[in-house]
Amino acid sequence: MNSSLSKSKKRRTVGIYIFFIIGSCIMIFPFVWMLLTSFKTVGESMQIPPTILPNSWSLDTYKDALKSLPFLALYKNTILLIFWRVVCAVVFSSMAGYAFAKLEFKGKNILFAIVLMQMMLPSQIFLIPQYKMLAKLGLTNSIFALVFPGLVSAFGTFFLRQAYMGIPDEIAEAARLDGCNQWQIFSKIMVPLTTSSMAALGIFTAVFAYGDLMWPLVVNTDINMMTLSSGLATLRGQFSTNFPVLMAGSLLAMLPMVIIYLVFQKHLIEGVAMTGGK
Amino acid sequence: MSKAKRQEAFWGYLMVAPTIIGLIVLNFYPFFDTLKLSFAKTLPFGLYKMQGIDNYVKMFSSAEFWKATWNTIYFCILTVPIGVFISLIVAIMLNSKIKGRTAFRAIFFLPMVVAPAAVAMVWKWMFNTEYGIINSVLHAHINWVSNPHIIMITCAIVAIWSAVGYDAVLLLSGLQNISKSYYEAASLDGASKIQQFFHITLPMVSPTLFVVIITRLMASLKVYDIIYMIVEQSNPVLTDAQSLMYLFYRESFVSGNQGLGSAIVIWTVFLIGIVTAVQFVGQKKWVNYEI
Repeated sequence: MNSSLSKSKKRRTVGIYIFFIIGSCIMIFPFVWMLLTSFKTVGESMQIPPTILPNSWSLDTYKDALKSLPFLALYKNTILLIFWRVVCAVVFSSMAGYAFAKLEFKGKNILFAIVLMQMMLPSQIFLIPQYKMLAKLGLTNSIFALVFPGLVSAFGTFFLRQAYMGIPDEIAEAARLDGCNQWQIFSKIMVPLTTSSMAALGIFTAVFAYGDLMWPLVVNTDINMMTLSSGLATLRGQFSTNFPVLMAGSLLAMLPMVIIYLVFQKHLIEGVAMTGGK
Repeated sequence: MSKAKRQEAFWGYLMVAPTIIGLIVLNFYPFFDTLKLSFAKTLPFGLYKMQGIDNYVKMFSSAEFWKATWNTIYFCILTVPIGVFISLIVAIMLNSKIKGRTAFRAIFFLPMVVAPAAVAMVWKWMFNTEYGIINSVLHAHINWVSNPHIIMITCAIVAIWSAVGYDAVLLLSGLQNISKSYYEAASLDGASKIQQFFHITLPMVSPTLFVVIITRLMASLKVYDIIYMIVEQSNPVLTDAQSLMYLFYRESFVSGNQGLGSAIVIWTVFLIGIVTAVQFVGQKKWVNYEI
């Protein structure tokens, strides 16, 4: 009885491993293929049947990609975009989330309805007017333009309000009796209690700012002001059939994020799981 | 006491001010502006003229528009059921006690942190008809990106591959909330693994499953980046793959017809509203909120 039970359990474990090994191959293969192709020459990439390993590990494709796109500027723009989006989302959403969760003031529900409205509507509905505003002010092709739609975050406000609602009122009450004013209660006592939620919001904001394609394409058309995503779309136009260069460019664009991911993978995944389904 | 209350209100307004002002400028006003634009004719130099429902008439009588609407719905049909199903299987597998599960979780999640632009690029290369590795392995000559009947399937494969890890992580957090005691009790009563799945796992994870389906559906109705990267605007099969948001982008920012673009985006919101409403009504039949 006991041995047959452990036997079926063992068989199940083996089945799970086979599932995961096949699944992992499907998930990883495109990245491996990207890497291998990026070292091939155009001629070699068009050989039939395809070679698996490149004949020579030449870096010419990377030189071509670096020559056609100002990668340094793209990295800088993307980093600044992510930095400001994260700072704005975390700071403003913390303040608003705390106020909505813990403070009483007239009109609170109406103001919170604006937050909910933004969350329910797809962001594209705001896109043309947002673009028109920037164009009118002559602010397109700037870092500000990239950050613009994410200066405040309705989702962040909602998410951090949840976090603050989970903190018992007694903590704030005790601080008030000790003579703290509202700002001190917020900044000294409440904010430190929500670090994991703030980190989750920051991660979530960063991942989406990095992947966003339509807004950067629309608002920054100068190649030196593009993000990695929109720059890649431009590279595609230039080298439509030169796949090794396209692979090298894609690899250069994704490398920093993948390295960050490999280091912080646990926090990153748990952060996204926490913000759950937005 | 009243002074304390007034002070509390003062801080309340002060702390929501940046967010509320931002939302009014960035979202509240633009929402009504888009609505207004959809009833206006776009003129050069950022000017426009009100003209009634012409944009909607033009939109509803455009074959390209209806094709884009169908493409969007077809994309949802192709990606959401299969994608969520695979995600659930992956989540259940990740929930088993085996060595290396965090590594497997990280591998499945990887596409999430890679820009969709880069993901689409490598898949487009693998799907290349002449030199792509997929045709070469299949010993086939399938026109993955140039056959009008296949192109959506190609995009759907890339979309599912990209989203499985993310959805699986969300579902996994739902699975981990199920108390082990249910399974122990069921095992003692002699319930098989399959019975346990249908009578414990599925009902217990259904609220998370519902959230995942809703978000995946909404994201799929707004699909743009993957299709944009795989099907460039010069590709002859463009109209067979173009989603509503792709058409919106082209009308608004390539053709410069913001009035029609606005009408398209209003239509998309309408569509998302209907689909969401149907889901919320339908959920009563299968989502279990009792513990």
